[in-house]
Amino acid sequence: MIRRLSLCVTGLLGATASHADWAINMPRGVSELSAETYDLHMMVFNWCVGIAIVVFGAMIFTIVRHRKSRGVAPARFSHSMSAEVTWTIIPIIILLIMAVPAAETMIKIEDSREPDLTVVVTGYQWKWHYTYQGEDVSFYSTLARSSSEARHKGSGIDPASVENYLLDVDKPLVVPKGAKVRILLTSNDVIHSWWVPDLSIKKDAIPGFMNETWFQAEQTGVFRGQCAELCGMDHAYMPVVVEVVEPDEFEAWMDSEQEPAAAAITGGAR
Amino acid sequence: MSTAVADVGTHDHHGPENGFRRWLFATNHKDIGTMYLLFSLIMLFVGGTMAMVIRSELLAPGLQFVNPDFFNQMTTMHALVMIFGAIMPAFVGLANWMVPLMIGAPDMALPRMNNLSFWILPFAFTILLSTLFMPGGAPAGGWTMYPPLVLQTGDAFPFLIFSIHLMGLSSIMGAINIIVTIINMRAPDMSLLKMPMFVWSWLITAYLLIAVMPVLAGAVTMLLTDQFFGTSFFLAAGGGDPVMYQHIFWFFGHPEVYIMILPAFGIVSEIIPTFARKPLFGHDSMVYAISAIAFLSFIVWAHHMFTVGMPLTGQLFFMFATMLIAVPTGVKIFNWTATMWRGAMSFETPMLFALAFLFLFSIGGFSGVMTAIVPADIQYQDSYFVVAHFHYVLVPGALFAILGAVYYWMPKWTGRMYNEKLGQIHFWLTAIFVNVTFFPMHFLGLAGMPRRIPDYATQFTDWNFVASIGAFGFGLSQLLFVYIVISCMRGRGEAATAEVWDHPKGLEWTVPSPAPFHTFEEPPARIPAAHTFT
Repeated sequence: MIRRLSLCVTGLLGATASHADWAINMPRGVSELSAETYDLHMMVFNWCVGIAIVVFGAMIFTIVRHRKSRGVAPARFSHSMSAEVTWTIIPIIILLIMAVPAAETMIKIEDSREPDLTVVVTGYQWKWHYTYQGEDVSFYSTLARSSSEARHKGSGIDPASVENYLLDVDKPLVVPKGAKVRILLTSNDVIHSWWVPDLSIKKDAIPGFMNETWFQAEQTGVFRGQCAELCGMDHAYMPVVVEVVEPDEFEAWMDSEQEPAAAAITGGAR
Repeated sequence: MSTAVADVGTHDHHGPENGFRRWLFATNHKDIGTMYLLFSLIMLFVGGTMAMVIRSELLAPGLQFVNPDFFNQMTTMHALVMIFGAIMPAFVGLANWMVPLMIGAPDMALPRMNNLSFWILPFAFTILLSTLFMPGGAPAGGWTMYPPLVLQTGDAFPFLIFSIHLMGLSSIMGAINIIVTIINMRAPDMSLLKMPMFVWSWLITAYLLIAVMPVLAGAVTMLLTDQFFGTSFFLAAGGGDPVMYQHIFWFFGHPEVYIMILPAFGIVSEIIPTFARKPLFGHDSMVYAISAIAFLSFIVWAHHMFTVGMPLTGQLFFMFATMLIAVPTGVKIFNWTATMWRGAMSFETPMLFALAFLFLFSIGGFSGVMTAIVPADIQYQDSYFVVAHFHYVLVPGALFAILGAVYYWMPKWTGRMYNEKLGQIHFWLTAIFVNVTFFPMHFLGLAGMPRRIPDYATQFTDWNFVASIGAFGFGLSQLLFVYIVISCMRGRGEAATAEVWDHPKGLEWTVPSPAPFHTFEEPPARIPAAHTFT
């Protein structure tokens, strides 16, 4: 009990010291579509803020002004056709204004024609599997050892001391910058979901079915996400990591990935 | 139209039975209402304790208290208990108490079925909660019970399905009772459009219940047969489709959330006019708005499924239909504000809860409009943003309406005024802590934190800490509510008049406080003008 409490307090102190990350918004991301998604999000949000200012403003005004304690008798009106029509029509117009750009972005999201690269992603309990279609490269991507040691109850390891705690894998998905990457998604057991916020991509991995989505990263970097559909005990422990590299780096990586396989085949056959 | 109750003269008067028989064999709508309300209060604390386990674990990164599997049991059971054990029975309890009083009827149309509807619930929840102690533990696949994951549940699985069936039966029978009562037993000069809004809201909610609870029953029965009888409704290997479950479930699930909010709208429409001392603005359009919301609730279900791989046309349709619901809902918010406008408001505890509802339910509505936008929802889906949205509409939405209703009508039930000072303290603590708990969850979701996880990446630490502190404060504050209710029930407090408040409208205020065991044994021949709604 004391041990648990002190671990908790240490974790708290350590955590708050190392991560003053009071993030409040979504990332803009590194693809054209993630930027469009972010813009749509901000547009709806701003509309909501604007409407809130007006509506809450009216509510606050009436709460302050129209009180019994001010001694004025209450009015008796309870109808106004023109008011009702106005505050039905205006919201409809606002919704239309929001719906049009949203629909345009949706059409782009669904257009996965002419990809440069296709990766088949398979969800497992509790890891991902990646296969580069048309190449001889496939591997599992599991939670990194540093995280998997620290994550157990009573591990004694402070999560704040683990780099990219719960967001790191042993072998990430590697893709070239600027390539349109098509993702074919399925599962081996239960429903999972493949989510990378910086690429604004999330699609469910459903056993027995193949889903399709795509992304095109315009910047290099390592982008981290997590499984986004409850899939059992270790749902929190199967991160998604995508490493976007320059095209020539990607070629080199692909070659190195194929070689051990080729060597293993010739080695085995001897 | 309405039928006057006959043969009252031959009824020989005896009070309620003594001891446990009064409650076990209750057929009186007031007693059954009381039982529903007390049951839901207990369930609120059971579900609340589970929330405390969840928020304790999420206080800091790393696993301190529970294992991931038990954590998933907590999130699953927390939702099942709160939805089916706390919110829904509380609204049914309020309906039982108030609908007959409000329409001038002596009781519900089917009193014995009413008794069964109630007593099924403690039985169903004993079964559900007992799964915590079975090998494999309680269900841990989420309250949404998606296959194939839910089929990995251990011994608890058939008990989960059985208890859901029982809860559904209770709701369906209750809904039938309400519709038959409202259609057949209104006072002679109470036409439908002259009914109070709480009665309207329950009439419509009852139709929603009858329409969708059987669908849930079908969905969970198919889970049962897939598990035990070799069917493959949801198993691809046998030619089935896990996504079909989601369609069936959410066809129930979306109207279900409106089932949980329409009575709240009815309550707010009762409370605000009383404390603004002004008639409800646009009574008829409020009825049409509730009807529009109920109708639309049937055609938006797939907005819970935007990431399953739906064709573009489907996504567009469900997005537009979902956005449309904001229109009648907005009309209601504006009409409530217009009711307050140039009224003469006082701010007793029921009004405080109703006003907090207006502000905070609207925030939930805003996050709802945001989630309707499909490309943005692709980022929000299954993240804490969604958790923030539905907790805003359910807690400062449905729960605040229930709390407000209890404060509003408790003097009628018990004959005693609750302690107003304590009520205000309870309100402020609750309102402040609910925001401390749930507002940061918007940030967590946007920052990328998924839901249903017992441990998280360290960049989510700060807001999780704030949310957990808020949750502990919120939970503790509800103990004050229990104290207030028990004091009132035990007869402490000023005696309440029949009217209780300042000239409220409604037939319930024409009977004494506490309301006698039998009321309106004769229907009121004429409804007094002061108690007529339009």
